[in-house]
Amino acid sequence: MAIQDTLPNPLGLLAELTHRCPLGCPYCSNPLALDQRAEELDTATWARVFCEAVGLGVLQVHLSGGEPAARRDLIDIVKTARDAGLYTNLITSAVGLKLQTLGDLADAGLDHVQISIQDSEQKSADHIAGYDGASARKRALAAEVVRLGLPLTINMVVHRANISRIEAMVELVLALGASRVEIAHVQYYGWALKNRAALMPTREQVERAVRQVELLRAKHHGRIVIDAVVPDYYARFPKPCVGGWGRRSLNVTPAGKVLPCHAAEVIPGLEFWTVREHSLGEIWRSSPAFSAFRGTDWMQEPCKTCARRDQDFGGCRCQAFLIAGDARAADPVCHLSPHHALVEQLAAAREDMGFSYRHS
Amino acid sequence: MNEQAQISDNAHPRLPRGVRLTHNEAQGGWILLAPERVFKADAISAEILKRCTGEVTMAAIVDDLAKTFNAPRERIHTDVVKLLTSLADKKLLEL
Repeated sequence: MAIQDTLPNPLGLLAELTHRCPLGCPYCSNPLALDQRAEELDTATWARVFCEAVGLGVLQVHLSGGEPAARRDLIDIVKTARDAGLYTNLITSAVGLKLQTLGDLADAGLDHVQISIQDSEQKSADHIAGYDGASARKRALAAEVVRLGLPLTINMVVHRANISRIEAMVELVLALGASRVEIAHVQYYGWALKNRAALMPTREQVERAVRQVELLRAKHHGRIVIDAVVPDYYARFPKPCVGGWGRRSLNVTPAGKVLPCHAAEVIPGLEFWTVREHSLGEIWRSSPAFSAFRGTDWMQEPCKTCARRDQDFGGCRCQAFLIAGDARAADPVCHLSPHHALVEQLAAAREDMGFSYRHS
Repeated sequence: MNEQAQISDNAHPRLPRGVRLTHNEAQGGWILLAPERVFKADAISAEILKRCTGEVTMAAIVDDLAKTFNAPRERIHTDVVKLLTSLADKKLLEL
């Protein structure tokens, strides 16, 4: 089949092992309607999915959730992923993951651990996570990751409640012994969208944060790798969401649905296939949801004739739907979008309200 | 400081835990796997990386490559230092 020759090979698989999580972070990217435990894929199905992923060219699996440690078979899952030939990355809240289990995971071949932190100030961090004592547990687990000789990334999610403490947070990350830090401004999907008015920083705060990150990068060059995700509501051009729809990655939900990106279910009318009924290869090649926005044929103006169309792929389809009401429109964060004024209005609609937590 | 001065001939370069070289047909060759990142390694880089086991010195790696590929030692030395420096900067290599 000709189309298979031109199909790209995915590089990464985001395996959402469960939606269960002890934390309630108000910027959680999980959908508002969470998959239930009884619907979760079993160990053998995940093992099959990993093998099929390797056949497609996938190199890395990101074991995520929810909190992946809520799965009792996590060690077996890591083992099967490694046996399949994947680079295994555990994305954890660190709460509910015992130190002993971490040692077992390292023995099972775990390649890398990513722990999120909510703030440099413990009280604020616990408040944001919606969990008393979360911060102390995260620090303890981070120390154990380093002691075991596993590489550690700290993911710090930035928003209005902590954006003034980026420097202190990076100092904390260095003290924890991480080799890499992700400074990720909140992206507004799922629970984050629900809490947008409480999370949105001002333009001045964002510009200051971006300058600060540049200085920190220069200061700590060679000591720690700093990756930063730009807050797109204040950007001029959209982010190349997931590296292009159906181009680089796949996302498998706890119940087995395969999505081109983790927010894709918000777009109405898309037909997702599940690994319970199809192989991952069939889904990648032929599922309607993956075909919907692959390439550039689906584009409208201004994307269709834009010089950047193969660079940012029109931005994020979910954001186009959520803000412009049309998943085929240009991502409205792009200054060329006819809906761009809406983004500016939304960014200005800040409100000092309490967070809405997913477990409350 | 120029790049050559940063790595000693006596350094024992090795890939740290969490960084692995792998061959993948679907992706068309050698790949360096790292935390949240993947890098395509061309044939020369792959030959260098295969030798970064922590057991031999950089000078020995250069000698071995010069001999195996019958190439001028000085050119190989420049290539090796350049690659290892850029990897060490990205925390993908220990010296």
